[in-house]
Amino acid sequence: MAAKYIPLTGAESAAYAMKQINPDVLAAYPITPQTPIVMKFSEYVANGEVDTVSITVESEHSAMSATVGAAAAGARAMTATAANGLALMWEIVYIAASTRLPIVMGIVNRALSGPINIHGDHSDTMGARDAGWIQVYSENNQEVYDNYFMALRIAENEDVLLPVMVCQDGFITSHSVENVMPAPDQVVKEFIGKKKFKGLLTAEKPFTIGPLDLQDYYFEHKKQQHEAMKKVFPVIEAIQKEFAEKFGRKYDVIEEYRTEDADIVIMGMSSVMGTVKEVIDAAREKGIKVGAVKPRFFRPFPGEYLKKILSKFKAVGILDRSDSFGSLPPLFTETAAVFYTSSTKPLVKSYIHGLGGRDTTVKLLEKVVTDLQKLSETGEGNFTSEYLGVRE
Amino acid sequence: MAILLKDLVNKNVPLNGGHRMCPGCPTPVIVKQILMSTDHPKVAANATGCLEVATTIYPYTAWNIPWIHNAFENAAATIAGIESAFRALIKRGEIAEDRKQTKFIAFGGDGGTYDIGLQSLSGALERGHNFLYVCYDNEGYMNTGIQRSSATPIGANTTTTPVGKVSYGKKEPRKDLISIVAAHHIPYIASAAPHNWMDTMNKAKKAIEVNGPAFMDVISPCVPGWKIRTDEWKGISEAAVKTCFWPLIEIENGEWRLTGESKKIADGKMEKLPVEEFLKSQGRFKHLFKLENKDVIKLIQDDVDKSWNYYKRMAGYND
Amino acid sequence: MKEIKKSWKNIPIGGNILEAGNSKNYITGTWRTFIPRLDKEKCVNCFQCWMFCPDNSISIVENKMVGFDYDHCKGCGMCVSVCPTKAITMEKEEK
Repeated sequence: MAAKYIPLTGAESAAYAMKQINPDVLAAYPITPQTPIVMKFSEYVANGEVDTVSITVESEHSAMSATVGAAAAGARAMTATAANGLALMWEIVYIAASTRLPIVMGIVNRALSGPINIHGDHSDTMGARDAGWIQVYSENNQEVYDNYFMALRIAENEDVLLPVMVCQDGFITSHSVENVMPAPDQVVKEFIGKKKFKGLLTAEKPFTIGPLDLQDYYFEHKKQQHEAMKKVFPVIEAIQKEFAEKFGRKYDVIEEYRTEDADIVIMGMSSVMGTVKEVIDAAREKGIKVGAVKPRFFRPFPGEYLKKILSKFKAVGILDRSDSFGSLPPLFTETAAVFYTSSTKPLVKSYIHGLGGRDTTVKLLEKVVTDLQKLSETGEGNFTSEYLGVRE
Repeated sequence: MAILLKDLVNKNVPLNGGHRMCPGCPTPVIVKQILMSTDHPKVAANATGCLEVATTIYPYTAWNIPWIHNAFENAAATIAGIESAFRALIKRGEIAEDRKQTKFIAFGGDGGTYDIGLQSLSGALERGHNFLYVCYDNEGYMNTGIQRSSATPIGANTTTTPVGKVSYGKKEPRKDLISIVAAHHIPYIASAAPHNWMDTMNKAKKAIEVNGPAFMDVISPCVPGWKIRTDEWKGISEAAVKTCFWPLIEIENGEWRLTGESKKIADGKMEKLPVEEFLKSQGRFKHLFKLENKDVIKLIQDDVDKSWNYYKRMAGYND
Repeated sequence: MKEIKKSWKNIPIGGNILEAGNSKNYITGTWRTFIPRLDKEKCVNCFQCWMFCPDNSISIVENKMVGFDYDHCKGCGMCVSVCPTKAITMEKEEK
C-alpha cells in the first residue's frame, strides 16, 4: 500500500506516532493544549489499537513519577504535558535525566502562569533547559510525527540513555490540521527496534536505583551526564540519516532555508519558522538576500553547528519565544556565546516574540528583515534585544 | 501456613546489615517483618526519608531486592509505574518465569505518607494498582531533625513545635490516616506495631497477597525523635497498643476488626492502660509530667479515648 | 576501611548500585560502645533476638544462635532486652 497524506492536527500527529511506537506504559495527566494527545491515545487504548498500559494519574507530578518508575522497571515509558504541568513535574524531570532513563515526553509548549494563559510560547521548556533532557523543537505536524521516532532512538542509544522532550507549539501546531504522511507500521517497527536497556524487572540481578549520592560521587555522576550530552550530536546525525533512508524525509540538526547567498538571516525555533519562510520568499522576490536558520535541537545546544553556519552572514536576527527576565533570552545568549573567540562573527539582534501565544505576523517579521538590513549596513542595534509586537 | 521463627531465621534477610540507620531503630525490623512475610519475589520503592537515606549511601546499598528511590512525595506513583510496567511486560512476554509472581511494595515515613505524599498515595489507591504501601510511622520528620508532621501526637516536643514558656508542644491531634485510606475502599488496610511481629507479619502476608491496593501503617518508635534508649522501642511499641494510643486494626474488604492486644482489650480480656504508660519513658513528652501541664495529659487521654471508641465502633463493638 | 574512590569513567551510570546488599562490606560495628555477649548455656534458641535486631547481626547456624556479627552490630542492646532467658548481656567494649 502506497503511503498517503492524511489530515492530522499536531496533537493527533503526536498521538499517531505514539500509537505506532506502542509504548509499554503511558502515564499522563491532561492539560490544555496537550489534552488531545492523551484523549486520542486513550481512544487507541480503548479500541485495542495499542496494548500499552495507560496510567491515568492524578497529577503531572505523578505522571512523571510513574513514568520514571516504569522506565526504571525496564519498560518503554512515555508521557506528555505542557506549561504548568511541566512545572509541577519539575523535580522529577531532573530525576528522570540523572537516573539516565530513556523516556520520551511530548511537550505542547504553552506559556507558564501567571497570569494564567493557555497559548503557545517556550517559557515552559526553556525553564527546563538545564534539567538534563534532550530537547527537539518541531516546526509543523509532519516534523512532530517524525521527531517522535527519532527521539525514541536517540534516547535509547546506549551511548546516550537520556530522556527527550519532543516540543511543538501549543494551539498553533497542536490544534491546526495539516497533511501528514505517516509511515507504514512495519517501517516504524523496524526503525525503532526492540529496547535494549534493562530495568528492575528485567535485569538479571537485583540492583539499587536512586541512592543517596554525597560529595564523594555526586560530582562524578554529573560528569557522566555532561559527557553523555557530548555524545548526542553524532548519534542524532546517524539517526537522521537512517531516518531519511527509511522514511524518505531528511532532517539536519540545523535547517537552513535559502541561505546560499544570504547576507542576513532570521533564526528561530518551532512554528514561527513557517511564517519566517513565507516572509523570506516575499523578500527574495524584492531582491533582498535573506534566509532562515532553524535549530531543531536546543539541548544539547548545537553551538558548533551554529558557529559554522552563522559566521557566513552579515547579520542575524534571533527570535526567542521566551524571556529570561533580567538577562537576554536563551537562544540569543547561547548563540552569542558561541562567537566569543571568533574573529568572524555576524552582527546580532534579539527579538522576544509571541509570548502567551501572541501572533508573530508577517508584518512583524517584515520589520525584522528591514531591521537586519539596516543592522548589516550600519551596525546599528547590534547586540540589543526588543519585544516584537508588544504595545508600547 | 503459619509463619514460624525457626523457618524465618534460615532465609535471606532482604535488608543487609551495614546500613546506617540509628542504633536501636525499629524501621529495619519492620522492613524485615513486611518483606519476609511471603516468599514472593519483590520490588520496593522508597520515599525520601531515614530508611532511604541510611540504607543506600552510595556506593553501598543494604537492599537485596530490586529497589528504587525516586523522591519524597511520590513513592506511591513510582511503585504504580513499576507495577504498570510489570503488567505491560507480562503481556509482552518479557518477564522471566521465576519473576511472574513479583509483588510491589512502597515504603514511606509519615512525612512522605500523611503529608507530602498523600495525593500520590490517594491516586495510586484509587487507580487500583496491585501494591502494598507501608508507612513506617515515627510520628514526625525525623530525618530532617525531628519536626512535627500531621502524624505527631498532641503534646510532643519537636523542633517546629518546641516546648517553651507559652507552649507545651504540638497542639493538634494526629491525622486519622487509616480512615482516610479506608475511604478509598481498597481491599486491605491495617495498622501494626513491630513488637507484635506475628500480628504484623500475618497482616503483611494478607496485604501482599491480596489482589489490589493494600496499606499498612506501622508505628516505629524513634530513638532520637522520641528521646528513648536504644533498647527500649519494643516496650514502647507494646505500650502504644496497650494504652490504645495505637490500636491494632485490620480492614478487610470494608470489614473493620481489632487484632492482637487491641482485640483482647475490646473483648475485656486485657486491661486498657492509661496513656501515661506510653508517654512516661519518652523524652518528647517529659515536660507533660510537670505540674503545670497535667491538663495536657488529660487532653491526650481524651483524644486517645475518642479515637479508640471510634475504632471500636467501626469494628462492631458497642460503647 | 580504605575505600578507593573511582573515576566517573569506572562507575555505573545514573547512580545505580549494581551489587545488591553490598552494605555488608561497610563496617558499622565501630559505632559500638557496649558489646553483646552470648551465654550458650542459657540460650534456648527462641530467636527473639534475631527478630528484633535492627542490624541483622544475630548469627544463626543450623537453627542455633551462635553469636553476633560484630562487623555490623551497633550495640543497641535490643537483643538483651528481648531475651527471655537472660542469655545475652552487654559489657563495655575495650577498643
